[in-house]
Amino acid sequence: MKQRLLPLYVVSVYAFLHVPLLILCAFSFNSSRFTVWESFSLVWYRAMWNDAALAEATWNSLLIALASTVIATAVGTLAAYGLWKKNARLLAGSLYLSLVTPEIITGIALLATFQWAFRYFQLQLGMHTVILAHVTFSIAYVLLVVMVRLRTADPALEEAALDLGATEWQAFRLVTLPMLRPGIAAAALLAFTVSFDDYVITSLVAGVDSETLPMMLYAMARRGANPVVSAISTVILVGLGALILASERLQKS
Amino acid sequence: MNRLRALFLLPAWAFTLLLFLGPLLIIVAYSLRTKGVYGGVGPPWTLENYVRLFDPLYGVILLRSFLMAAVSTLGCLALAFPLAYYIARSGRRKTLLLNLVMLPFWTSFLVRTYAWMFLLRDTGLINSALLAAGLITEPLPLLYNDGAVIVGLIYGYLPFAVLPLYSNLERLDKSLLEAAADLGARPSQTLLHIVLPLTAPGLRAAGVLVFIPCLGAYLTPDLLGGGKSMMIGNLVQNQFTSARDWPFGSALSLALMAIVMFLLWTLLRRDGGEML
Repeated sequence: MKQRLLPLYVVSVYAFLHVPLLILCAFSFNSSRFTVWESFSLVWYRAMWNDAALAEATWNSLLIALASTVIATAVGTLAAYGLWKKNARLLAGSLYLSLVTPEIITGIALLATFQWAFRYFQLQLGMHTVILAHVTFSIAYVLLVVMVRLRTADPALEEAALDLGATEWQAFRLVTLPMLRPGIAAAALLAFTVSFDDYVITSLVAGVDSETLPMMLYAMARRGANPVVSAISTVILVGLGALILASERLQKS
Repeated sequence: MNRLRALFLLPAWAFTLLLFLGPLLIIVAYSLRTKGVYGGVGPPWTLENYVRLFDPLYGVILLRSFLMAAVSTLGCLALAFPLAYYIARSGRRKTLLLNLVMLPFWTSFLVRTYAWMFLLRDTGLINSALLAAGLITEPLPLLYNDGAVIVGLIYGYLPFAVLPLYSNLERLDKSLLEAAADLGARPSQTLLHIVLPLTAPGLRAAGVLVFIPCLGAYLTPDLLGGGKSMMIGNLVQNQFTSARDWPFGSALSLALMAIVMFLLWTLLRRDGGEML
């Protein structure tokens, strides 16, 4: 009896994880505004496509994600290499702590810091503050992914390069970095996903000119039933899902 | 050799100090200040904000957050344990099955929370279906209550429970289970006396890793609980936005942070060797 019960239980847990999202996606193709199936239609996708504010928010999100990914990937990769043998427990510990710190705390702490700093500089909240915040929380993700790759790397290769007269920089640039390439790419994809999706921290440090897609989606979700939200959700799920699958594949390669 | 590596750590140090540790220190300072007339932060220094944490008005919210996080954690463990057990003994399909757990987790958290709004609200799928079937005459209040928040939290953080349990169960020596069966133990006895004690580290890790984000949750109670099911995270956000009481919001954040760090420290001290 136990033999048959376990698979059944497992199937229901998987259903719990996936069915809500599948239903949401399915109903984005419903012609009716109400949650009763009428017929297949792309009307909500057309509405989404023609929404100028939505396009701007998406553009902002892409810009922020791209900028923060480039910076966080560089900083995180260098840090992973630096931590490879030289143990800096305080730095590693702080970065891991930033991973488990509730987002709302990270968000308000950054908000307080920016507001405090702006008393001395003529600046305002905007795209730049969002990018800085995103870099900060993305570094730890990059570090984790690149570190996994470094653990399988052979330090003897670099030592050989140094013995043969390479400088430290050449050993890094020509020996270790090429080995890390798939890991770095995987880390970048992950950082992009995490940045593109963030709502809590972003909403606290964003200015008037930097509304992102998640911020807009949140506002629309709060306002009430709107099938356009389902259409946007479907696009986000498919897009980010593809990035994550690519990242997974790179990490395994 | 070490000079270049030290140099490579500099950018990460800069971001960590200026945008993580520094901001936390500012919050520490703010938590000891007084709320200004126009919502700013000013003198004198005081411990008043910490005393207010014990005000019953907020105590209710703190207590409820603990209960909700505890119930959600238990729910996650109950769902994750059989799942992880099954995945750990499913041979070549392991990777696929694990990826199926992780994939929705890495895609949008906001969308995943919205999916439950879509199902649960008055005009949502469940109510629409029940109304259409004639089983109810008016929508059931499924959204904006503690139950909806707990479902959302379990849904959101289930993968955090599956991973540590999986890596623990995968290392479980199968011959011990066979030996127990050979010696006449019933499956329930094997589970209670062999499997559970051996997977206690995994259960502890899973419990802490789920409890921490549940306790600090903001988005889930905000969207699925409405104003009615506030948790600590929402109270913090509220102090920094509409209430404009930054000193008290800071004290609340630090109390939450202290709990998070205490739980992690306890876990690492106990099972640190096995986890790393």
